Amino acid sequence: MAGTALLGRLTWQLAELVDVIAETPRATTLVFAVPDWPGHRAGQHVDVRLTAEDGYQTQRSYSISSAPDGTRIALTVVHVQDGEVSPYLTGELRSGDQIELRGPVGGYFVWEPEHGGPLLLVGGGSGLAPLMAMIRLRAAVGSDAETRLLVSSRSWEDILYRTELERLAGHGLTVVHTLTASRPSGWTGYARRVDADMLAEVGPGPAARPQVFVCGPTPFVEAVAEALVTLGHEPRRIKTERFGPTGD
Amino acid sequence: MSIISRGFRGRRDAASTDRVPPGQYVTRDYPVLSAGPTPHTPLTRWDFTIDGEVDEPHRWTWEEFRALPSEEITRDIHCVTKWTHLDMVWRGVSLDTLLDGIETSAEYVVQYSDGGYTTNLPLEDLVDGKAWVAFEYEGQPLEPAHGGPARMLVPHLYFWKSAKWVRGLRLLAEDAPGFWEINGYHNYGDPWREQRYWGD
Amino acid sequence: MDETMLDGNAVAGMLRDVFAVETTTTVATCGGCGEPTPMGETHVYRGAGFVLRCPRCENALVTLVRGDTRMWIGFPGIRTLQVAIDAS
Repeated sequence: MAGTALLGRLTWQLAELVDVIAETPRATTLVFAVPDWPGHRAGQHVDVRLTAEDGYQTQRSYSISSAPDGTRIALTVVHVQDGEVSPYLTGELRSGDQIELRGPVGGYFVWEPEHGGPLLLVGGGSGLAPLMAMIRLRAAVGSDAETRLLVSSRSWEDILYRTELERLAGHGLTVVHTLTASRPSGWTGYARRVDADMLAEVGPGPAARPQVFVCGPTPFVEAVAEALVTLGHEPRRIKTERFGPTGD
Repeated sequence: MSIISRGFRGRRDAASTDRVPPGQYVTRDYPVLSAGPTPHTPLTRWDFTIDGEVDEPHRWTWEEFRALPSEEITRDIHCVTKWTHLDMVWRGVSLDTLLDGIETSAEYVVQYSDGGYTTNLPLEDLVDGKAWVAFEYEGQPLEPAHGGPARMLVPHLYFWKSAKWVRGLRLLAEDAPGFWEINGYHNYGDPWREQRYWGD
Repeated sequence: MDETMLDGNAVAGMLRDVFAVETTTTVATCGGCGEPTPMGETHVYRGAGFVLRCPRCENALVTLVRGDTRMWIGFPGIRTLQVAIDAS
C-alpha cells in the first residue's frame, strides 16, 4: 500500500468524549470524536495525555478497540484501584470533555483484511481490546477468514464485549473462553490459565501457519508466546503486545 | 501548549515546598524503574569490590559486607522522572566505612552493577556521610525489583546516580560518563539546580 | 522476565514525534548477537529513560531520554536499521 511508510510526525490532537459504554463492572469503553482523525488500522493504539492545572502531566497508552469508523475511536479502560489515570477517565470525564491524544500508533501489531487467515487471537483481560478491533473490522468487511479467538478473563462478568462476541461468532469465527478466578455454576469450559494444551485444542495448529496475535499483561504474553513456540508455531508469525504487570 | 484536563489532579501529595526540588512532585509510591531486566545474583556469588586507582582491589563477600557497621538512613529521594518521595528509610553501610584506609589519588568514581549499568560521580560526592551501600528498605531486605541485594544510595543527587544491584566502585583519575550520562542525562545531577539533562 | 517490561509498541508514539516512519516495523540488527528484530518486539524497560533491548540477548539497542523541549535518542547497540520506504 503506497504511502504507508512515510507518515509524518505525530502531533497531539484534541478528542471529545461523545459516548460511554459500561462494558463490565471494572471496564468502560470511551468513544471519542477526533476531528482530524486520519483513520486507523486494527491493532493500533493511541497515547493519551492528561494535564493538571499546575502543569503536571502523565500519559498512558490505550489500544483502539473499534474498527475504523470515520472520526470516531473507542478506547476500553479498565478501572485500576487507586490508579492515577483510570479512575479519572472512567469516573470524572464527562461527555463533551476533551482530552489530548496522539495516534494512531503501531504498524507491527496490526491485522489487515487482505492478510486473510487463518488467525489465532489470544487475549488476556484488557488485551482483548486491540483484538476486538481486528474482529470488528473482519465482520465489517464480511471476511470469512478462519479465526480462533481465545479469551482469558477472571470471571464471566469480567469478559469484555461478551454479548457482541456471541453475536459475531460463526462465519469462520470461533470464540473460546477460559475463566481463571471464578466460574458460574454449571460452567463446563476452560477454568485455568492459558497453556500449551489449551492452545493446541483451540487451534489452528502450526501446520496451518496461522498469523498469531497475543495481547495482555506481560507475564500472560510471555507464557502464551513461549507455549506457542513449544507447540511448533513459527516465532515470526507470532505478534505480541505487552501491557505491563497487570495489563491495566 | 497542552490543554488542562478538567478535574484531573494526578496522584500527588501536597508537601512543604522547601523539601521539594524544582519540577518535582511528591508521591508516596515507590515506582519500580529499571534500565534492564532484574538480575538475580545468589548471595553466595555476590561480592562488592573497590578497584581502579588503588594499591590493590578491596573485596567483600556478602558475609564480610554484612559484618561491617551499618546505620539507618532516612532521606528524601528525588528521581529525574519527577517523583520525590520524602523520608524513605534504609539501612546500609556508609561509603566512609568502605573507603576507610583506602588511599587513592583518584577524583572520580564509576559505580558498576550486575546487568551492566554504570553511573559516574566525583569521589567527593561519596564521602563524609553522603553515600551508602544499602541492603534494607523499611526494615526489610531490599527486594530485587528495587535493587536488592544491595544498591548505592546517594540521596543528594537524582536517583539514577544511585546504582541498583551495585557490585563495585572503580576509582578513576578522569571522569567517565556512565549509561545515562552518555545517553542524554546530566553529568552531575543536582536536583536543587534541576540538572536533569545534558547541557542543563 | 520482568512483569513491568513492555515492548516496542509502548514507545512507538514517542518515536513518531521524531521520526517520520513507523518504528514498530523497523528492523534493528543487534550489535551484540547479530540477530534482526522488529522494533515492536524489543524488550522495553523504563528507568530514568527508556531502554529498548534485544529480546534474545538483552543488549541495549536504543535509549530514549525525553526532556521538556529535547529528546535524546541513543543507539548503543544497533548495527543497522532497516526502514520501509515507498518504492521509487
